Amino acid sequence: MKLEYDLVIVGGGPAGLAVALEARRNTVKDILLLERDKYLGGILPQCIHNGFGLQYFKEELTGPEYAERFIAKLNDNRIDVKTETMVIKITPDKRIIAINRDDGLLHIQAKAVVLAMGCRERTREAIAIPGNRPAGIFTAGTAQRYINIEGYMPGREVVVLGSGDIGMIMARRMTLEGARVKAVLEIMPFSTGLIRNKVQCLDDFNIPLKFNHTITRIEGEKRVERVTVAQVDKNLQAIPGTEEEISCDTILLSVGLIPENELTGEMGVKLDPVTRGPIVNENRETEIEGVFACGNVLQVHDLADFVSEEGEIVGRAVGEYLKRNRKFRHQPIKIVPGDNIAYVVPQHIDFIVPGRKKIKIFMRVKNPAERVRINLLDDKDRVLGSYKKRIVTPGEMVSVYLPEVLLDDKLKNITISIKSN
Amino acid sequence: MEQNKIICVSCPIGCRMTIKSEDGKITSIIGNACPKGIKYAEEEFINPLRILPTTVKVLGGELPLVSVKTEKAIPKRLLLKAMTEIAEIEVKAPVKIGQVIKDDLMGTGVSLVATRNIKRADFNLRS
Repeated sequence: MKLEYDLVIVGGGPAGLAVALEARRNTVKDILLLERDKYLGGILPQCIHNGFGLQYFKEELTGPEYAERFIAKLNDNRIDVKTETMVIKITPDKRIIAINRDDGLLHIQAKAVVLAMGCRERTREAIAIPGNRPAGIFTAGTAQRYINIEGYMPGREVVVLGSGDIGMIMARRMTLEGARVKAVLEIMPFSTGLIRNKVQCLDDFNIPLKFNHTITRIEGEKRVERVTVAQVDKNLQAIPGTEEEISCDTILLSVGLIPENELTGEMGVKLDPVTRGPIVNENRETEIEGVFACGNVLQVHDLADFVSEEGEIVGRAVGEYLKRNRKFRHQPIKIVPGDNIAYVVPQHIDFIVPGRKKIKIFMRVKNPAERVRINLLDDKDRVLGSYKKRIVTPGEMVSVYLPEVLLDDKLKNITISIKSN
Repeated sequence: MEQNKIICVSCPIGCRMTIKSEDGKITSIIGNACPKGIKYAEEEFINPLRILPTTVKVLGGELPLVSVKTEKAIPKRLLLKAMTEIAEIEVKAPVKIGQVIKDDLMGTGVSLVATRNIKRADFNLRS
């Protein structure tokens, strides 16, 4: 088999699929897509609910349909795909070591590498809930795979911890399949999921959502029998005296996602402590030249549509990189998160690109706020640009355009801050 | 006079609207920040509709289930009843994306369609 490629993409989810097709459109010749699961699409095939594609395709699709739009195009584009193939190491000089049953151990040399490994769910261990260790505790995504792909019903009486989108969607899914969802608990005073999901997944089925509540204890001999839940104070500590018991046989956890960056860290790419993804420039290129990252391995996105968009940025950037068709600024401009901004992506701007008008900067806020301005400030705190926003919440990624004309040669930092109007 | 509360899902603001009505006819809608709210509130009040995504059992497939959806939104009140009807359906592999799994689900005039491809199981027992 072929062991040298222009581009090797690690991960065949929405990010990797978009990179492959867009890189091909940008004249990248030999492309190999590696996927550890049996099928392409990443998490999309198990996300059977609708709500995908409204941004990217301007029509509403389910997860599997969204994935299929990309997968169907791979063959026509002569993109090599290896499924059930696990990448175990990537070196800084872009050698990929992978294994599968047919080929055994593979050493593949790439000119460019794209990291598109996605993210995984935080578990009970990550949030350290005290109590017994019975069966019946699942991450929401695992339960989703059991129900939607493998055909197992994880339980009958359910408590969901976390009101992110996956938690709410699984509350509906379990209800539709005949389970009783007794409560969805959210430790924060607000939901990090979309309002549409709160209405259509919880309110439609009269599932109570309790803000400022968490599970303080799990009990059960072999199987979960009950949980203790309590209200929390503003430091997220359980308030004594507010405890109540809920009997249940199943707990679903929707308590956050972690970009899967073990390979990235081992190859020496620097990670952002907040996103837990690589630090990248506007091409989504890491600090190792020719190694790119996109999708949930870079930052956890709200919508697959935005992942596809990010994958396409990388697809184009790989084309430019392989043509050696790039001009660096004499110093990079750092984009720095300021007041009420948790993180920004990209973290720096490295290139001079003739004809480029603007650069889209993505960010997440720390706290919800209404009627705000997003200000772009230079090294001397002068306002370079200002954007009005009716509402910002941590659950919805915010983006602003940074006009190219503002990128003065002497500029070292641009700080992005949220200000109340 | 009746009063209903509806949260708008048109955007992240999530306006909390109050609909007043008499004999099933809307007399006033308040609490919306934009015209989208009025349209949403009217639809939700008169006939709330939802797309139903779920799964159907597959016989002889590489996977035991195929994901399906109602091709159009159906009345919200029919969702749970539709689930019991869909639970009875079995479909033979292969299944093609877009394939009609059931015509005219519960007399709604809406079809249930497959949302992914499922190949026939191969009996290449490698493992």
